[in-house]
Amino acid sequence: MKKFIAQTYIWILLILLYAPLVFIAVFSFTESRVLGNWTGFSARLYANLFTGDMQGSSSLLSAVENTLLIALIAAAVSTLLGTVAAVGIHHLHGRTKQAVTFLNNIPMINPDIITGVSLFLLFVFLHFSQGYVTVVLAHITFCTPYVVLSVMPKLRQMNPNIYEAAMDLGATPSQALWKVLVPQLRPGMVSGFILAFTMSLDDFAVTFFTRGTIGLDTLSTFIYTDARKGGLTPELRPLMTLIFLIILILLVVINVRQAKTKRTV
Amino acid sequence: MAGEHIIDLKHVSKRFGDKVVLDDISLYIRKGEFVTLLGPSGCGKTTTLRMISGFLAPDEGEILLDGKDISSIPPYKRPFNTVFQRYALFPHLDVYDNIAFGLKLRKTPEDEIEKRVKKVLKLVSMSDYEDRDVESLSGGQQQRVAIARALVNQPKILLLDEPLAALDLKMRKDMQIELKEMHRELGITFIYVTHDQEEALTLSDTIVVMNEGKIQQIGTPTDIYNEPVNCFVADFIGESNILKGRMLRDRRVAFIKHEFDCVDEGFGEDVPVDVVVRPEDIYFTTDPAKCQFKATVGSCTFKGVHYEMWVDTDTGYELMIQDYDPYPVGSEVMLYIDPDDIQVMRKERTCNVFEGKMVDETHVAMLGAEFGCLPQAGLSAGDDVSVEVRFEAVDLQDHQEDGIVAGEVHFLLYKGDHYHLTILTEDGDHIWVDTNDIWDKGDLVGVNIAPADLKIEKRNEA
Repeated sequence: MKKFIAQTYIWILLILLYAPLVFIAVFSFTESRVLGNWTGFSARLYANLFTGDMQGSSSLLSAVENTLLIALIAAAVSTLLGTVAAVGIHHLHGRTKQAVTFLNNIPMINPDIITGVSLFLLFVFLHFSQGYVTVVLAHITFCTPYVVLSVMPKLRQMNPNIYEAAMDLGATPSQALWKVLVPQLRPGMVSGFILAFTMSLDDFAVTFFTRGTIGLDTLSTFIYTDARKGGLTPELRPLMTLIFLIILILLVVINVRQAKTKRTV
Repeated sequence: MAGEHIIDLKHVSKRFGDKVVLDDISLYIRKGEFVTLLGPSGCGKTTTLRMISGFLAPDEGEILLDGKDISSIPPYKRPFNTVFQRYALFPHLDVYDNIAFGLKLRKTPEDEIEKRVKKVLKLVSMSDYEDRDVESLSGGQQQRVAIARALVNQPKILLLDEPLAALDLKMRKDMQIELKEMHRELGITFIYVTHDQEEALTLSDTIVVMNEGKIQQIGTPTDIYNEPVNCFVADFIGESNILKGRMLRDRRVAFIKHEFDCVDEGFGEDVPVDVVVRPEDIYFTTDPAKCQFKATVGSCTFKGVHYEMWVDTDTGYELMIQDYDPYPVGSEVMLYIDPDDIQVMRKERTCNVFEGKMVDETHVAMLGAEFGCLPQAGLSAGDDVSVEVRFEAVDLQDHQEDGIVAGEVHFLLYKGDHYHLTILTEDGDHIWVDTNDIWDKGDLVGVNIAPADLKIEKRNEA
């Protein structure tokens, strides 16, 4: 009986979690404009998505393009910044280390809306004209702490002497960095990059407040506007499904990597 | 050429923050020598090694290689290679690439790299392991790869930082022999850091015993073992009976309330000294003519090769004796010591001397606190004074708050009938104490001194 309740509980939980995703995925295979109407199986929406043959297609596709490009830039830059920061934090001691780690964690718990509004105010204060650049800067800002967090464990696992060992064998500091330190941190950097990429992809609040008025749309802001204009563009359904699948694959990759490194340690 | 200095350390000091880690170290290392820096953790041995390898710069003093100052040469340009504690192999490279790392950086031709890697792998008995992932190797094998990785570069000096500390005892013994053989075969200078005195005695041509940032003694293993210069060295190297004694005249010393012939001269007459007798140098005899003193066996433990016995002498001292034959507990035995085996050391100190300042007629400030004293005639507030306190006059309390000054038991020596403790106060001062109570290293204690035990003298301004 106890087992039955426990199992029911977990199933209800899983259904609640995944029902919306399954719902979208199922309805991505029908042409109906209104979500929830099944008008027969069709892959038309997928075809439309790739041929661009649809209403408002240019703005949807440019939103997708913006989203990906911003996520790539933000992830790349924050991976670089975050790794350097992690190495720095790792070499701090005692209270300073604790304090800096704490400061690194705050932006991650901070609600996005507050990050968004405060960045907005900062850009206005600095007379920064808002647009592409500000969105990218904002994304780098909230992605970097995640990279720091995923690189730190790699540093902790690393034998503290290997950097010195490289120099001892004749490597200059920069050779020691590229030939020894970076290969050691690479798994953490890759996880950090993927994490930053998905965080950026996912963001609405911060983008909304920092994109300015030049009409820059990422996927999330596009959907928001689109929904308010009356009904979602049907092609969003296959798009969502595809994005979900990509993220799922990325997550599996991260988990497999982590499991692998754990085994070798 | 034998005798030629390869490394010279001249008046080297190093501080980390307020803490003095190395205090005016001077030492030289001859070409081809196997030198061991030996001492407890925190004695500055690793710091010294890191300064030679170039990862730390001395605050004062200079380090010379072949007579030339190398302080401006970065570690990657120094002709030394290091075997690190816990190996520090590169986990992302296999055995071959780990060893070839240094050669590749130097743009050595590929075929020469291969030749040298193969040769060095043979030297450390690890042929056929080239393609192995380093993390799949055992600790001992990783250690061999680490040694190979250093030796393949043909360094002028091989630096070894506690290389065997992580291995189990059996493996450690085997590696010691192999290291010694490698040293003989290669003829290069080895500088070895360890806290294991047995390892140091086994391996070294010269041992440098260090403690608290200072060199205590430099000598061959036999010198260090047989003729320790002070209580620290005697206690740190091997087992020993360290006893309070009195040099009566040349070649005659008194301790444990008996008189003995010895071989030491030049101490003067009737001078307090410390005496060291190794436990294997006290002999049992059945010949009353040879007997120098009698004792009762208090305990007897089998230690594998020998028996370790604690005996109580007829004069109330406890001594440790090692002998191949056991004597039953409770039996009365006759003992003697050869004059050669008595090591007499000048006392490092005979009482505590603190610098202080008079607060008023009956109070003196020293050790970061105020102590009450007897009324001092002829001294007024603000006078700089030196205060003498006998070792026995220092009173230790279980709780730090019960003492005028709080401290920690830093070092302890058993001297046959009492303990000689070094107390490190919170301000970093040392207080030496003789006591019959049993304390452990690291115990937190409160320190009191009775007013009558402060012997105060005015200090003359230099």
